[in-house]
Amino acid sequence: MTGRSLLDNRPLCGAVGVAGLFCLVELAGRTGFIDPIVFPLASTIAGRAAALAADGDFLADVVSTLGAWAAGLLLTVLVAVPAGFALGTMPRVESALRPVLEFLRPIPSVALIPLALLLFSDRFDMKIAVIVYAASWPVLINTMYGLKDVDPLAKETLRSFGFGPLAVLWRVSLPSTAPFIATGVRLAASIALILAISAELLAGGASGIGTFIIEAGSSPDALEFIVAATIWAGVIGIVSNTLFTLVERRLFRWHLARTEGAR
Amino acid sequence: MLEISNLTHTYGSGPGAHHALGGIDLKVAEGELVCIVGPSGCGKSTLLRSIAGLLRPTGGKVVLGGTAVDRTPDDLAVVFQDYSRSLFPWMSVADNVSLPLRRKDMDKKQRRSAAMEALEQVGLEGAAAKYPWQLSGGMQQRVSIARALAYRPSLLLMDEPFGSVDAQTREDLEDLTLRVRSHHNMTILLITHDIDESVYVGDRVVVLSKAPARIVGDLRVDLPAPRDQITTREHPDFVHLRAEVGRLVRGMRSQSAPAS
Amino acid sequence: MRVLRGLGRLWLVPVVLVAWEAATRAAEDNFFPPPTAIAVRMHEMWLSGPPERLWLTDAAVENIPTSVGRLFAGWLLAGVIGIALGLMLGRSPVLSRFLDPIIEFGRAIPPPALLPFFLALFAAGAQMQIATIVFGIIWPILLNAGDGARHVDRQHLETSRVFGFSRSQRLLRVILPSAMPKIFAGLRLSLSLALILMVISELVGSTNGIGFQLLDAQRSFDLPGVWGTIVVLGVLGYVLNSAFLAAERRLLSWHRAAKQTI
Repeated sequence: MTGRSLLDNRPLCGAVGVAGLFCLVELAGRTGFIDPIVFPLASTIAGRAAALAADGDFLADVVSTLGAWAAGLLLTVLVAVPAGFALGTMPRVESALRPVLEFLRPIPSVALIPLALLLFSDRFDMKIAVIVYAASWPVLINTMYGLKDVDPLAKETLRSFGFGPLAVLWRVSLPSTAPFIATGVRLAASIALILAISAELLAGGASGIGTFIIEAGSSPDALEFIVAATIWAGVIGIVSNTLFTLVERRLFRWHLARTEGAR
Repeated sequence: MLEISNLTHTYGSGPGAHHALGGIDLKVAEGELVCIVGPSGCGKSTLLRSIAGLLRPTGGKVVLGGTAVDRTPDDLAVVFQDYSRSLFPWMSVADNVSLPLRRKDMDKKQRRSAAMEALEQVGLEGAAAKYPWQLSGGMQQRVSIARALAYRPSLLLMDEPFGSVDAQTREDLEDLTLRVRSHHNMTILLITHDIDESVYVGDRVVVLSKAPARIVGDLRVDLPAPRDQITTREHPDFVHLRAEVGRLVRGMRSQSAPAS
Repeated sequence: MRVLRGLGRLWLVPVVLVAWEAATRAAEDNFFPPPTAIAVRMHEMWLSGPPERLWLTDAAVENIPTSVGRLFAGWLLAGVIGIALGLMLGRSPVLSRFLDPIIEFGRAIPPPALLPFFLALFAAGAQMQIATIVFGIIWPILLNAGDGARHVDRQHLETSRVFGFSRSQRLLRVILPSAMPKIFAGLRLSLSLALILMVISELVGSTNGIGFQLLDAQRSFDLPGVWGTIVVLGVLGYVLNSAFLAAERRLLSWHRAAKQTI
């Protein structure tokens, strides 16, 4: 393989980059540049991460986090999409509510966790509540933005054929807003994961990746466990993001074609 | 001062390759204003970019002032067609003109006064503190010209410099080019697809064929100076030359032998 | 006139406040104190100090600047590192080919998950908080700077070549300004993320700061205090965002104007 074709092979280049980082960290530990007690060797972390993948307790924690994440995300869509449609189709309501929303939005969502801890006795409910609150924003805003983007000509065409407002909503507004909603949901998915783990870190007790990381903190090989679990959290994040992007691309190819063409 | 010998350029390779230049030989003497015309898409811009060192031609040689061009030469300036993408929108007009001067041995004050002088020559001394996007298209192109003037290049390349402005502004800019040129005695290579413009502005008109571009005509323009938008354009020689160039551009046989 | 109309659009705010007050008074639920009780508690916590200090209390003087200081330290540090790395990656396709997966991965890690890591590495304190903020918020800046630097107008680059700009001129006067609109978009996103990470890092490992005050109120079941602290954080978020937008409008005026004329 020549040098040129190596550089053209993106996945291979990426793999070389990751391997390079791995070797660098390993070498820093082995040569004593970084004391392995302060920061574990790359190989130790990799071994620990592999072991975690087969560890029943850790898997239960992952399932618990993902469960709250999925439930929260589903509820978010159920709440935020209709809310976005309501606000997007009723400009008077929207302009009245705007200042209230503008004040609620900048509140850093994690600040609500301590309050939610007091309000909800059940940890799972608490997690869901903060997830829904934080993840709703991108879905709500993207839905409203998408509705503004609906082609008025398409709506009028349908109306001129005698379709009622509901049919217009169902056949024109919803499909043309869908790509925007999908983008909102993709953003919401990563926010939901952030909130799920934050809630677990702060609440402790119940199960979840965050709880696992906090509890690992008291073990002698704390860093090893923490870094390994954090890597898995990153993997979950990257998998979810990739999946959402793929689905978005598949479902809304027509939308991409249109926006790229418009440029 | 500029010598181009057997210049060829091919984009890509294999069956999809596009032969833009098919062997160009051209000599430009010091102080000449040479217009290069040709049908659109014929490789005029490829030629200009090779001379400017922005593109490495696949064959042949460009020699400027005795040295072969393999990177952008020091004493060469370009006025691009698309002024809005060539001027920097985040800098004031004065900064746009004076920034390239940092390369010259000048202190801040000298750069400033050189920029102001150049702006004065193009009639924009009042716009120094403005930003390019606050000016009209024609004024922006004047700023581009001022930037090139302040740089005092030995060779000025102009790539369809008046292609994006309206007709009236175009005539003003043509006259401006003639004026500054006689003032600085600069060598200018102006690329255009406008036949009238090439005859009106040039001392020489070089006609390129369709891609792969070759030189199909090289005509000397001996119109009385100073040139004037009305009288020059009704001069019988102008009319004759315009027809001649037009025939060459359309690929018809020339009726008189090309100038040496 | 515009001010009046602006105020007119705010009519729902007092209505919401009054309704909230009435509902909470009627419900008499400890968890939902009336807004007036929250306001009284907020005044007590932050604004009942000596007049020569603008009535700020010790808690206000100690906690608010500490928190905001950490937030800005993390944000600025992430900004400098993120812009530098982003420009480098944006201008070097080969380098970004090798590093892209690592960056994608770093971005995918939910930032709060890093807190225990930095807590174990640095122990509780400002260092750990700033490290968490920097690592958590650097990605949008880095990716946006890279994207901006990758898509510099070819003609701008050719112009700088023709006029013989030096490397540093090209970077500072051409590439960086071209990437600025994108960089600002990244910086804005990072600012709101920085606030979130500031709060959570203070909730987990701190003995001062607004987040710590929130935790303190929660632990002592001081519900008006919890609500009040959340309000303060909301105001802080609002002020930061508005200040940023105002600065962006000023600094990127060329961008908006230039886009309008095309």
